[in-house]
Amino acid sequence: MTSSVLYDAPGPVTRRRTMISSVVAGAIVLVVIALVLVQLAGQGQFSAERWGPLLNPANSSFAPVWELLGRALVATLVAAGLTLVFSLVIGTALAVTRVTAARWYRWLVVTVIEFLRGVPVVIAIFFAARVLPEAGLTLPTLWYLVIGLTAYNCVVIAEIVRAGIASLPRGQSEAAYSLGLRRSQVLGSILLPQAFRVMLPALISQMVVIVKDTSLGFIISYEEFVRTANIIIQNLHNPIQIYTVVALIFILINYSLGRLAEAVERRLSRSRTTAAPPAAAGAVDTGAAGGG
Amino acid sequence: MGVILEQFPLYVQGFLQTLRICVFAAIGSLVLGTLLAGFRVSPLAPLRAVGSGWVTVFRNTPLAVVLFAVAFGLPEVGVNGSYFWFGVTGLTMYTSAFVCEAVRSGINSVAPGQAEAARAVGLTFSQTLSLVVLPQALRTVVPPLGSVIIAMIKNSAIVGAFGVGGDLYSVGLQLTSAQGYAAVGVLTGVLLGYLVLTIPAGIALAAIERRTALAR
Repeated sequence: MTSSVLYDAPGPVTRRRTMISSVVAGAIVLVVIALVLVQLAGQGQFSAERWGPLLNPANSSFAPVWELLGRALVATLVAAGLTLVFSLVIGTALAVTRVTAARWYRWLVVTVIEFLRGVPVVIAIFFAARVLPEAGLTLPTLWYLVIGLTAYNCVVIAEIVRAGIASLPRGQSEAAYSLGLRRSQVLGSILLPQAFRVMLPALISQMVVIVKDTSLGFIISYEEFVRTANIIIQNLHNPIQIYTVVALIFILINYSLGRLAEAVERRLSRSRTTAAPPAAAGAVDTGAAGGG
Repeated sequence: MGVILEQFPLYVQGFLQTLRICVFAAIGSLVLGTLLAGFRVSPLAPLRAVGSGWVTVFRNTPLAVVLFAVAFGLPEVGVNGSYFWFGVTGLTMYTSAFVCEAVRSGINSVAPGQAEAARAVGLTFSQTLSLVVLPQALRTVVPPLGSVIIAMIKNSAIVGAFGVGGDLYSVGLQLTSAQGYAAVGVLTGVLLGYLVLTIPAGIALAAIERRTALAR
């Protein structure tokens, strides 16, 4: 932020004062960080014994630890990918139902959506893992996690789809109807394809939420990152180190997804003003590759 | 469903524990998040770096990871406490990142003329921010802030799953695992407990939104 409306373009005195304050603030921040690091070092948190299994390939635990973390990554991505696919399909169906439903049962769709939106995800997963077996449906834990995550995310995606359809100019559906298309054709070949394009940034952002929420698999012993971390910690007794690495992996994945969403959004808004369909098609391709 | 009536006192206790977690975390994250938003628009580069670093870390890390990192990490730097406070601290840190972004977008939504006028009458940066911009920003951030708080109420269930005993989630776990009640009934009760918090919060939010809406 080079110029802000919150303060004047600084003159020489203010610049000097800002400089001094910046140095002081920077020094305070560094001192706090240093104090934490010294404290951690005092507890032996930087010892080779604790970091070796993660950083030193010669360490006997290095290979098994990273193999476990690699498996956790696959487990996380599988659960997130399946959740995204199911949420997209069910969410789109819900949104279309909500848009096209006759008044007498639209309230039912709205109630279901509002209800599922109010349910904590962790309870939805717990519910799936406990209630489905009671009902005689025993599945691998992956599926309980996917069902629980989908129950929440499909209604969020339904809202995104609905907003996407609502954001299109009325002329689109009017033109389609005047060509003699049926309502299903108007939705399927005119409105939804355009809505998905508009929605793409929001969908990628929702992917961040889904990836983060797969970590809740630990409550039903699905071996994603948190569960895996806790297993490793039981053997190696280095919780701070393992959780630092796990957090960094999540930040790397989700920060990249966030940047991708921003890039797609910029590209979409640019192509909308210049009305260049080929660029837009390209944006959809890259988004689908990154989001899936 | 009989379990809800049979174990009603336990549900009430769980509800109150969840409420306690939410109240502490809501106050903490609103204060911390607003402070961080101030950092993010400050003229001092180190503070901006702290603000954006905080947001990047806590928005992209799952709450469960934050909670375990807090519970394992804080004792190592000499901060000891109960799991309740670790849970509240983790939830506060995580939620504050979202509060910060909501407040920051609110600050950016205030018409530039407001800040310019404040500067023209000689107010300093902190006066401009606290007397002119933030009071107006807080109105526009009511809807996103409300969504953040409602999400936080739902996230408090994760704090229960992480090991803070006695809240609604833990009641559900105890009644199904230890006491062997059928999960459908137990969890319906747990869900009702959360809906009692989130639905009125949503209605209150809509009402506040109507009352504080600015004609712009």
